[in-house]
Amino acid sequence: MRELEYLRPTDAAEAVAAVTGHPGARFLAGGTNLVDHLRLGVATPELLVDVRRLPLDQVEEVETPDGPGLRIGANVRNSDLAADRRVRSLFPAVSRALLSGASGQIRHQATTAGNLLQRTRCVYFQDVTTPCNKREPGTGCSAIGGYDRYNAILGASEECVTVHPSDLAVGLAAVDATVVVLGPHGERRLPLTDLHRLPDDRPDEDTTLHHGDLITAVELTASPMVRASTYYKARDRASYAFALVSVGAALELAEDGTVADVRIAWGGVAHKPWRARRAEDALRGRPLTEDAVRAAAEEELADADASAGAAYKVPMVRNATAMVLTRLAREATR
Amino acid sequence: MDAEITLTLDGERRTVTVDTRTTLLDAMRERLGVISPKKGCDHGQCGACTVLLDGRRHLTCLALAVSYDGAEVVTASGLAGDDLHPVQQAFLDHDGYQCGYCTPGQVCSAVGVLDEVRQGHPSHVTEDLDTDPELTDDEVRERMSGNLCRCGAYAGILAAVHQAAQETAGHSA
Ligand SMILES: Cc1cc2nc3c(=O)[nH]c(=O)nc-3n(C[C@H](O)[C@H](O)[C@H](O)COP(=O)(O)OP(=O)(O)OC[C@H]3O[C@@H](n4cnc5c(N)ncnc54)[C@H](O)[C@@H]3O)c2cc1C
Ligand code: SF4
Ligand code: FES
Ligand code: FES
Repeated sequence: MRELEYLRPTDAAEAVAAVTGHPGARFLAGGTNLVDHLRLGVATPELLVDVRRLPLDQVEEVETPDGPGLRIGANVRNSDLAADRRVRSLFPAVSRALLSGASGQIRHQATTAGNLLQRTRCVYFQDVTTPCNKREPGTGCSAIGGYDRYNAILGASEECVTVHPSDLAVGLAAVDATVVVLGPHGERRLPLTDLHRLPDDRPDEDTTLHHGDLITAVELTASPMVRASTYYKARDRASYAFALVSVGAALELAEDGTVADVRIAWGGVAHKPWRARRAEDALRGRPLTEDAVRAAAEEELADADASAGAAYKVPMVRNATAMVLTRLAREATR
Repeated sequence: MDAEITLTLDGERRTVTVDTRTTLLDAMRERLGVISPKKGCDHGQCGACTVLLDGRRHLTCLALAVSYDGAEVVTASGLAGDDLHPVQQAFLDHDGYQCGYCTPGQVCSAVGVLDEVRQGHPSHVTEDLDTDPELTDDEVRERMSGNLCRCGAYAGILAAVHQAAQETAGHSA
């Protein structure tokens, strides 16, 4: 590891200025991802701007542009967010997503923003002795034709085939969260689904943020639909493993049992949390049956790359979606 | 770059100058002679380096020491007073260890788990998020899953956590 300058600003604007003014600067929050990358040589910043103690650590009830909801400070710990009574009852998918990620210790240390901005777990990305376009643009992608069991099945490019690892991001995509960002030119808001990007020819860029942009909060709007939301994660072990695939979903049924509205987000399948909008459209107005969900998932998966070692994810995510939505429907009609 | 940090470490105030690249684990073990937290994977994957940091279980291998200036750290060896901590005693009573390498992390984690359950924190296996969880076998296994044991002493650890839960019911850690 090379020499490292360290700075602990006292407010958010100071933190933004410090990173904006230095191309080699990075924000440090809980460190559970960044410190690992420093030690592996994957990240080589010259200056760490420690935002962990900035007072962005509350979950507050607020009026969002779309109605009453919650504003989650960027530094709220994953464990505190998962345990928050309001999150548990109003946005169960968010709580469930967090609880399925990492371990108790790590959740105490990991922050809301840090979790969303964690980088891929692709084994080649983490191994500096192998080529990787995300870590070192232009060197090639070792995962193509390499160990491909964890690869993306949707939205990958010839440059990069990895998936985004965050469970929280998928839970938040399912409840239509908004991300609040403070940049050098002031504050802006963007839908969570616009935060992460597909690899295209720039896999080194995980998100649409610019250097120096600080996530200050995530906002959630309450609704009967997201109150009936959940998150399911399929993984290699019963606990403490990243998702093979995961499903965050929210469902609202009309009086006659047809789908009034639905949101479906998939994890483990793409470079970003994948909102299955085609499947959502296919389900709206239809009776919610297992077959209907499978057919809708099939539409979404029409372009899936089902050739390589990750092909098992295609039926897995379809089955998981059917299971999750039929369960939500059962609970709604009880 | 060097930085001076002060920690309250097992009840004692300790000041040390560290390079900014030093982890809390290395600062404790290499610089302050506190070797109860163990270095296993050094990448957040095994739980051997777990301590109680500002009252909660926390890894120290992925924490930069400089970032935790001012923190209160309790390691497994700082838990005992005149008597062993109920969790330590329970590990003894139930053979919760073999080689013992993972034990300091397991013990700190168990203390943290009992506190989290007391506060009503749910886990991945909690059926109903609106109720307070009960400490079933499944809950203990899930909550302790961040601490790996190469020797496979899990059966003893499970029994130990249950015993400690009973003994500390109503108290706080
Ligand atoms: C063994 C292990 C298992 C794990 N399992 C899972 C899992 O199953 N599911 C899962 O989702 N995650 C898992 N994780 C990942 C973990 O959840 C993340 O590492 C963590 O959430 C990152 O948060 P942090 O606060 O520690 O971020 P840091 O490591 O401090 O930062 C991560 C990135 O975010 C940037 N950043 C931090 N805060 C801000 C901000 N406010 N604005 C802008 N940029 C910011 C940093 O510059 C850095 O690039 C696991 C981690 C480990 C070590
Ligand atoms: S899949 Fe992406 S992250 Fe993995 S080696 Fe290829 S370019 Fe790197
Ligand atoms: S040494 Fe810290 S988790 Fe393994
Ligand atoms: S007792 Fe040997 S590693 Fe757990």
